[in-house]
Amino acid sequence: MKNLRRAGAEAAALAVAAAVFLVPFSFMLLTAVKDDKQAADLDFSWPTSWPVVKNVIEVVSARDYVLLRAYVNSTVLTVASVALIVVCAAMAGYVLQRRAGRIGTLANFLVLSGLIIPPAIVPTIWLLQALGLFKTLPGLILVEVAFGLSYAVLLFRAFIAAIPRELDEAAMIDGCGGLTLFFRVIFPLLKPVTITVILTQSVAIFNDFVNPLYFLPGDDNATVQVTLYNFQSQYSTQWNLLFMDIVLITIPPLLAFVFFNRKIVAGMTAGAVKG
Amino acid sequence: MTGHRPDTRDAGPRSAGSGLPARRAHATRARRKTGPAYPYALYLPAALVYTVIFLVPTAMAFYFALTRWTLFDSEFVGLDNFRDFLAEQNLSIGFRNTVVYAVVTSALKVVIGLGLGVLLTSKLRLRGFLRSLVFFPVLVSTVAVGITFSVLLKPDTGLVDKALALVGISGPDWLGDASTALLSVALVDVWKGVGLATVIYIAGILSIPTDYYQAVAVDGGGAWHRFRHVTLPLSWPATYSVIILSFIGGLRSFDLIWTMTRGGPGFTSDVIASIIYKQYQAGFYGLSTAGNVLLFVVVTAIVVPLNWFLGRRQVSP
Repeated sequence: MKNLRRAGAEAAALAVAAAVFLVPFSFMLLTAVKDDKQAADLDFSWPTSWPVVKNVIEVVSARDYVLLRAYVNSTVLTVASVALIVVCAAMAGYVLQRRAGRIGTLANFLVLSGLIIPPAIVPTIWLLQALGLFKTLPGLILVEVAFGLSYAVLLFRAFIAAIPRELDEAAMIDGCGGLTLFFRVIFPLLKPVTITVILTQSVAIFNDFVNPLYFLPGDDNATVQVTLYNFQSQYSTQWNLLFMDIVLITIPPLLAFVFFNRKIVAGMTAGAVKG
Repeated sequence: MTGHRPDTRDAGPRSAGSGLPARRAHATRARRKTGPAYPYALYLPAALVYTVIFLVPTAMAFYFALTRWTLFDSEFVGLDNFRDFLAEQNLSIGFRNTVVYAVVTSALKVVIGLGLGVLLTSKLRLRGFLRSLVFFPVLVSTVAVGITFSVLLKPDTGLVDKALALVGISGPDWLGDASTALLSVALVDVWKGVGLATVIYIAGILSIPTDYYQAVAVDGGGAWHRFRHVTLPLSWPATYSVIILSFIGGLRSFDLIWTMTRGGPGFTSDVIASIIYKQYQAGFYGLSTAGNVLLFVVVTAIVVPLNWFLGRRQVSP
């Protein structure tokens, strides 16, 4: 009796989850591989023909290969921003955790402010323009770094708290101090949390839409999310191409998810619970 | 997944004893040679980027919000921008919508996240698969989710309305009707974000010591007792995080609303963040910045007291 009830509950939970979470994704995939006539119905039917390769080629070559350029831009943006975030946040989190004092208190306050305060958009544009960085990839990279730092610093600080200070002292006795101590002794120990930061920040920056929209407008150096947004109005009659675009853009996060699901979840819950 | 309790280790684990004074003296001597052990210089790169790109614009916003501004020159107009924001109906509606959106999404994420968290920590055979399924939308881009759901929610021909028609309900025009547009977007936000709330709850529930459940079993309590008197109160830290996180996210939310309704129909689903963008596009930089300052005030005025209030409850479990 109890087993039966459990089986029933399981079946019900599975059915609901499938309907709510699987259907939208299957719909994306199915529409992406249909021909344009069938895709226009926007229903949940099985494709009658499978012009997969044709759809991919059409999406990629659309508007003079804008999608490929967007992919390059997004990759550069993500890699550069995440690298800078890791280095800056690891150093800051280390001093923040190890050295208390008035500056530490101020830094703690600023980290929390960074998590809560919404960035002031137009003044940031004004400042980037004054620096000659508005509408440039380096400018957007700096923006992503500045907005992503707080969260990364929190993760690093929490991890460094678990590294015993005796280690620092032993290194100091061996004549290792300051920068050498950090880069030769501490930083290599941060590998697990570094991977977590890389994964969560990569997904966040690759998927970011708002900051590229504001700080890197224009088709020349659009990122994939902005291209997708622009495709929305362009392909309002060719749904198969629009959804193929969505599928192509979802591949990188999907890969991250397949290989590093646990790491990502651990990072997000740790950051959340401590944030 | 660990530190569910407030982090008290921040001062660093300084285990005492075992001849430390001698080593300390050594270390101090070595430090004199090599400079301070934890140089403030390590803050420098982070501080530089953060100050220039984040702090300075945030501070400048308070001045530019009081001006009529073209990026090249600005004319001081006092509180005019704020008066416009509060007086004009298509601007002030953004306040109400922002708060409604944040409250609805946080409340649903707490309730559904807790439910899914309990379900997915029980002895379900497919729970690994279900956990992944629920979490995956968190990693999909908001624009993609927005486009997909604006198709699924099309009136009459959309999949959702077709499914409702099967059971005899004629669904509303979700995104085209002024009374449902904002709530429809909020529901999609919950669909995308509930996975994060769920994994936070799962981490919280798994960190509850099993002794408590055994105690309930000894006293002859059932599933409801386990939930009401153990899971619910002891997963409070998770609830706290979910509420704070989804409030911050909900109040600042822009991309989903923008891809699904662009604030429409009319301006009925505009939130402060989308008004900021619209005024920026229209070239009203001062007004846009005033929106930013107001958003800052709204977020601080809600999140800081909320954080304090919820944090106080955390002390007495």
